[in-house]
Amino acid sequence: MPQRRMFLERRSYRMRRMMDALRFLPLIGLCLWMVPLLWPLPEAGHTDPMPMSVALKYLFGVWLALVVMAWALWRYTRGQAEADAAQGPSDRAP
Amino acid sequence: MVSLNELVLVCLTYVVGLFAIAFLAERAALRGRGGWLLRSPVVYTLSLSIYCTAWTFYGAVGYAARSGLEYLTIYLGPSIVMIGWWWVLRRLVRIGRSQRVTSIADLISSRYGKSNTLAIVVTVMAVIGVTPYIALQLQSVILSLAIFATPDAGLAGAGDAPFNRAQAAFWVATGLALFTVLFGTRNLNVNERHHGVVIAVAVEAVVKLVALIAVGVFVVWGLAGGVGDTLQRIDASAIGEWEVKGSRWAALMFVSAAAFLCLPRMFQVMVVENNDDRHLQIASWAFPLYLMLMSLFVVPIAVVGLDLLPAGSNPDLFVLSLPLSQGQNGLAMLSFLGGFSSATSMVIVATLALSTMVSNHIVMPIWLNLRRGGATQSGDVRSVVILARRLSILLIIALGFSYYRVSGGSGALAAIGTISFGGVAQFLPALLGGMFWRGATRMGALCGLGVGFVLWVFTMLLPSFGMDVALSQSTFEQGLLGAGWLRPQALFGVEGLDPTVHAVVWSLSLNTLVFFVVSLFTFPDPIERLQGAQFVNVLDHGGSARGWTASVAGSEDLMIMAQRILGAAEAQAFFRQEAKAQGRSGNLPEPTPTFVQELERELAGSVGAATAHAMVGQIVGGTSVSVQDLLAVADESAQMLEYSSQLEAKSRELSETAEELRRANEKLTQLSLQKDSFLSQISHELRTPMTSIRSFSEILRDAAKLSEADKTRYASIIHSETIRLTRLLDDLLDLSVLENGQGNLHIGEGALQDVLDRAVTTALTGSENPITVTRAGVQEDIMIRTDLDRLVQVFINLITNAKKYCRADAPALTILVGRRSDGITVDFVDNGEGIPADAQAVIFEKFYRATGAEGDGAGLGLAICREIMHRLDGEISYLTSYDGAAFRVYLPASALASAQTDQSELTQPA
Repeated sequence: MPQRRMFLERRSYRMRRMMDALRFLPLIGLCLWMVPLLWPLPEAGHTDPMPMSVALKYLFGVWLALVVMAWALWRYTRGQAEADAAQGPSDRAP
Repeated sequence: MVSLNELVLVCLTYVVGLFAIAFLAERAALRGRGGWLLRSPVVYTLSLSIYCTAWTFYGAVGYAARSGLEYLTIYLGPSIVMIGWWWVLRRLVRIGRSQRVTSIADLISSRYGKSNTLAIVVTVMAVIGVTPYIALQLQSVILSLAIFATPDAGLAGAGDAPFNRAQAAFWVATGLALFTVLFGTRNLNVNERHHGVVIAVAVEAVVKLVALIAVGVFVVWGLAGGVGDTLQRIDASAIGEWEVKGSRWAALMFVSAAAFLCLPRMFQVMVVENNDDRHLQIASWAFPLYLMLMSLFVVPIAVVGLDLLPAGSNPDLFVLSLPLSQGQNGLAMLSFLGGFSSATSMVIVATLALSTMVSNHIVMPIWLNLRRGGATQSGDVRSVVILARRLSILLIIALGFSYYRVSGGSGALAAIGTISFGGVAQFLPALLGGMFWRGATRMGALCGLGVGFVLWVFTMLLPSFGMDVALSQSTFEQGLLGAGWLRPQALFGVEGLDPTVHAVVWSLSLNTLVFFVVSLFTFPDPIERLQGAQFVNVLDHGGSARGWTASVAGSEDLMIMAQRILGAAEAQAFFRQEAKAQGRSGNLPEPTPTFVQELERELAGSVGAATAHAMVGQIVGGTSVSVQDLLAVADESAQMLEYSSQLEAKSRELSETAEELRRANEKLTQLSLQKDSFLSQISHELRTPMTSIRSFSEILRDAAKLSEADKTRYASIIHSETIRLTRLLDDLLDLSVLENGQGNLHIGEGALQDVLDRAVTTALTGSENPITVTRAGVQEDIMIRTDLDRLVQVFINLITNAKKYCRADAPALTILVGRRSDGITVDFVDNGEGIPADAQAVIFEKFYRATGAEGDGAGLGLAICREIMHRLDGEISYLTSYDGAAFRVYLPASALASAQTDQSELTQPA
């Protein structure tokens, strides 16, 4: 088995971490979009309901942030994904 | 006010424009031009937007007006799937490309051993699941037309005096069918890519986005007075508070994400039409952006609509009725076109995807079965396939139309959409399981899909028709057949859940559970395992499933069949190319497994994997998986293990070799050192007598007055030194002869006593300092058979040494002879001081001399003795158990002559 190098040079290291970020991004999005589950519901007898405008701003704000981050990650990692794919499953290696 | 006729005219113009664009794109693709546009990431992203149907365009506003922000779940789910493209979509697209998948049914059947049963099940489920969705599109187009037709009554959603809805629906359906047939079934092409349709869909995506944003901008800045005012208005409205139930929020988001992956039309544009991973990467942020823009103005439009329009207006049509009510005819027209675009693009692509599935997995297999053995017949199958596909399109649109007619166009758009999503989401376990888990089996997939589908029909589809339509009221209240745990909205007695959440949770969780458990307990057949490995490991290697042992297949038969499906020219070109790749000159390639596999893929692009497999199977015969294939699947891991064990063995071998080399090197170094020291000792030994010879001969030559006595003395010194030199050289010669194993042994027979007599006599002759030799006469009476002269030499040496080095006042040497079972020993023991312990190890080395010894020996005696004894198969050793010096000479039993007396007589004379 060809021995893989244990440490990478700085640039490839950064690239790997960007790919990690790319993989992690949907998880972040999911968590942020599940935050509304914690908001008070009017029928539960809460006197201080969440105003629609705030909810709108929050949800769309997260959305925009995700799009921008996905875009930035794409700018940074394009080309890398194919290289990784060609390289096989090694990109999963920590 | 826009008249209906004007509207129809605009609509027709728009459709003609679309036709033109689609036509141009098709032509450009045929000529191989315009690839930059047809295969650009922008077009890919825009084509994904068929996710946003009329349900989005009209329904989202209605949804928001009824349930607040819940409508967002439908877009958040797909956004997460797209942003997480790396996890699922990347694999899906790669599998789609490497397996030449034509639809989701094809993918699932292909994964589970190219099973046509599974393909049929998935197809039927998809048709049933999507039909309401198509009806929904028809409904929305008709509703929007109706608003223009009867502007006053239309706002209330009623009134059909000048406008026959059924007729309109019919014509719309016919128009859609026509467009789909024209552009969806023009060619039976590799991988089912439809450039014309994709371009048309992309254009429509732009139109609907622009239309919705235009309405939104008009509402926010034209009617509500800016962003701040709009937000205030929103908070003050009936939907001004967050009121989405957590369970619905999560469940709907999940279902929409699942549906995004499983909807046949999404699969078509996302996987089948994809030809580049990079497009997916770009769409991963571009498509969520598109979705965000599409849903951005939904709430403002809903709120302002609720404010401005009379109570009872259909909120599903606010997008249209708001501009109309404000006299914005142009905007209303644009909005209508946007809605029209959403509806038509969805219907076209969905129908296309479904018709491919129906024709490939239902019609073609039946047709092939009816003409069993007919795969080799001549005649073009393509016409059959295309006809089947066209009929399927008509059938599916007809189904949608009937659903619309039967359901009476009632019900909110959003509800219908959710039901459809719940239906197709049932594919998810089989799909993901097939992609990530090699243990998933066909039986598992079938059972899971079946359970999920039945539960979906019972808890979602049938109840959606309302009480007493499909299910009786008693069923709702008491359960199916009176079984209380079979109530469609409270399965297993779990009450209080939202009906949608209830349906989704039960159907999907039981679906997954059954899929998993049945997979655990069933065993996949070889093709299934092969395909499973290929799907799961798609990212590791682009390798393809080799399925055919094609030696029996005639190339001619395959050619005939291929011509019928691919068309004569294309098939011949393909065969020629393959033949060339194999390095053959003719037009027919050798039917190698690789070639047949390649051909099957090619055919699968036209008729689907299962059908292609069946057709090739008819010609090639039984087939299937060779032992090598199985080995290949079975274990990359085993291969790796083997590989690593080979490596291990090799490295072990290497280290052994290295060790040997190291040892050899050490030996060589030692030998070289020995040689060096030997040379230096030799030269030293030679030099000493030479020096004295030279000096004394010079004296004799140069000194004039020398007494006669001196002359004689000097001459005798020279003489004795030359004798010493000669002896040294003799010894060296002797040693070298012995060491090299040269020189013959003169084997003779004699009494040990005689040998010792000779040795003692010789050694003691002319002795100045006599030594007493004690012997045991009786023991010496042994006949030995060996090289007697050499043995005498050894004895003489030992006795001489004793004489020379014994420092006792009365030197005495005792010679003891012993008989052992394995031979005889002769010990020479003197009464001197013996040899110091540190010297004992080296006394047998060349040039070793006892310290303080007079220097007439060269230090070769014992070395020679050792060599001689070695040659005689015996040995000589130093005995440490005595006070004085003691040497033992050992002779092996073979040297005893007594056992061979008969022979001894023969050899005695020698």
